[in-house]
Amino acid sequence: MPSRSALLHTLTAGEARQAAAVRRRKRLLAFVFVLPLLLFILVSFVVPIGNMLWRSLYHPAVAEMIPATLELLREWDGQGLPSEATLTRFATELSVLNRERQSGRLAEELNRAYAGMSSVVKATARRIGRLDDAQLDSEGAATLLEAHPNWRRTEVWRAIERAGRVYTYDYYLTALDLELHHDEGLRVREDTQIYLQLYGKTLKLALVITLLCALLGYPLSYYLASLPEQRANLLLVLVLLPFWTSLLVRTTAWIALLQTNGVINTLLTSTGLLGEPLEMLYTSFATVVAMTHILLPFMVLPIYSVMRGIDPSYRRAALSLGARPLGAFVRIYFPMTLPGLSAGALLVFIISVGYYITPALVGGTDGQMISNLIAFHMQRSNNWELAAALGSLLLALILLLYWVYDRLVGASNIRLG
Amino acid sequence: MARPPFHRLNPLILSAALAGGCGVALAQESLTVVSWGGAYGEAQKKHVIEPYQKDTGVRVLFEDYTGGVAEIKAQVESGNIQWDVVDFEVIDLERACSEGLLEEIPRDILPPGVDGTPAEEDFIPEALASECAIGNIVWSVVFAYNERTIGDTRPASIQDFFDTKKIPGKRAMRKRPQVNMEWALLADGVPPAQVYDVLATPEGQQRAFDKLDSIRKDLVWFDSWSQAPQLLNDGGAVLVQSANGRFYDSIRQENKPFVIVWDGHVYDLDAWAIVKGSPKKELALKFIAYATGSKPLAGMPDIAYGPTRKSSMPLADQSAAPHLPTAHLEKGIQAGSEFWADYGESLGEKFNEWLLR
Repeated sequence: MPSRSALLHTLTAGEARQAAAVRRRKRLLAFVFVLPLLLFILVSFVVPIGNMLWRSLYHPAVAEMIPATLELLREWDGQGLPSEATLTRFATELSVLNRERQSGRLAEELNRAYAGMSSVVKATARRIGRLDDAQLDSEGAATLLEAHPNWRRTEVWRAIERAGRVYTYDYYLTALDLELHHDEGLRVREDTQIYLQLYGKTLKLALVITLLCALLGYPLSYYLASLPEQRANLLLVLVLLPFWTSLLVRTTAWIALLQTNGVINTLLTSTGLLGEPLEMLYTSFATVVAMTHILLPFMVLPIYSVMRGIDPSYRRAALSLGARPLGAFVRIYFPMTLPGLSAGALLVFIISVGYYITPALVGGTDGQMISNLIAFHMQRSNNWELAAALGSLLLALILLLYWVYDRLVGASNIRLG
Repeated sequence: MARPPFHRLNPLILSAALAGGCGVALAQESLTVVSWGGAYGEAQKKHVIEPYQKDTGVRVLFEDYTGGVAEIKAQVESGNIQWDVVDFEVIDLERACSEGLLEEIPRDILPPGVDGTPAEEDFIPEALASECAIGNIVWSVVFAYNERTIGDTRPASIQDFFDTKKIPGKRAMRKRPQVNMEWALLADGVPPAQVYDVLATPEGQQRAFDKLDSIRKDLVWFDSWSQAPQLLNDGGAVLVQSANGRFYDSIRQENKPFVIVWDGHVYDLDAWAIVKGSPKKELALKFIAYATGSKPLAGMPDIAYGPTRKSSMPLADQSAAPHLPTAHLEKGIQAGSEFWADYGESLGEKFNEWLLR
């Protein structure tokens, strides 16, 4: 009998080509099937997110508004004040922006680089707008310096020069609580250090929530898996029921339970267990409790489905070979449930790292996570660039953790069912 | 071979074109107006939106939002304008206007008041201060207490808000630096006229944070004004900050035993603005001219917000007059929209850091 490879060799070139064509067509067909999903993900997910992340690096707004000033500023040594020609050029460009009603945009951009510049730029633009072209050439620089003392500050011009760079990593520095000082180089930000602390806190909270979910979810799944299928399905509905309820409803329910005169406190004080009501709402405790409740199904479902798939004869074999029940559980059963546990843990951890709405509603001040600050920069301060930098760092952090996890546990080990 | 797929695509293109056509047809008669909902939204619906629809036949889609400029920025940047007219808090307005997110509104669209006063004289000057919007109400951030939970000593001043010995218990504030920093300085003895000058200096900011620090463990934070009356009702806090209209509405509609303290209130305007690039700009301008007329504005005192037209007051429900911010102006300060355009972001970061400390 000829071996397989020999058979392959007996194919003529034409047959091989035909086989290849069939294979290609099959692959193409498979690709066509996933194409709608691929396009959907591309349009609704990859492109917008990529676009947002790109903002954290590419920021041409200032460079487009005052190109000539920036060109001259590049030759400045960063000491004292820029040359008179630079100041005049800036005055001219500011007057053009004022005429085009664009000076407000420059004001917002420069305010970001140096707090308090918004009103300074606007007021200066109005003042400079009153000069004609000839006056601009002769008095532009002087008018600028007179308009506000900030224009005589070296730091302001350094900030303008930095803000004018089209490609920038400054937002990442801010997101890491760092700043680039002209003389001292890279250093920790002087006035505000908040983001690193928040990243740490976010990771800590996510870890606590994951552990709690595992501690609560594992025994529950074990119990469910030991029941006959019909009873288990009935109880599983109870696990899924909160899953189908709106997130906001569940979070608000926790507010009703945890608040100072809420259900729990009333119960505890009226039965005399407590003299004073406990402060539970608006703390990290509330965030942890509410999020554990909300994310529990993500832990239970993968563990349960993996446990269902485990053949009970393994454990019976261990027991009949003389293992104690605990030993059989720890050494035989538990390792087999690990794929489900790690899938659940990874799901809960990643979801909770980026969680926003629940900490915002019940977290008060010490239950805030990094996502709440990202939302602050998106919605309130309007600094989308910084929000994008914070978001990409979070994404990088999660990818890093996933890589570590893959190294330690092995991503191929994950099973959702 | 390339033809059949195109053939199949045709109905799709056709339906897309049809849908687009419908959009154009609707564009002539509908307008999307966005405001704050709640009691304020109800009052606007009754006194502005419904009469406008009746008088002009234009269909108004009246939506709610929670403030901020993110949504509008996203619409303007993507060129997909969904909102036409937006009710802005002036604290946000300054920045939205200078970032080029709003259309300019010419003053000559504004009709004279019912008594014939030209618009420029009829409006209070603050209402016409921005080129991007027309002010419609004066409202105020105040604090209030609940007669049932307050105890024997009642607060009368902004100092009492920060005095936990005199009035023990939780204080609830909105989680943002705006107004809270001003209150801290006012309570610390800074004269009202100098609050923003002091707050512009690092020492002044430190002073405000120190003052907030002194009641830190008694502070409860919330995110939206609508949570405030509830906190006061449930006993979640004994002194609660909110917009005066929210308290007034609870007092009047639900007979809550709330008492408003006007000392140190920070008053601000709300204003109608048009999103930049709105395809219905002409219609939007007509709407704003209507909405800021004497008669629609005369309905605003129903929820204790002051109309920005002097000619509206004689038409309004006079029982609300003592509860309007305009009746207490000497006890308060005007919110510094220019100051917050300058320091909103940097103080926002510092405030968040302070919260976490």
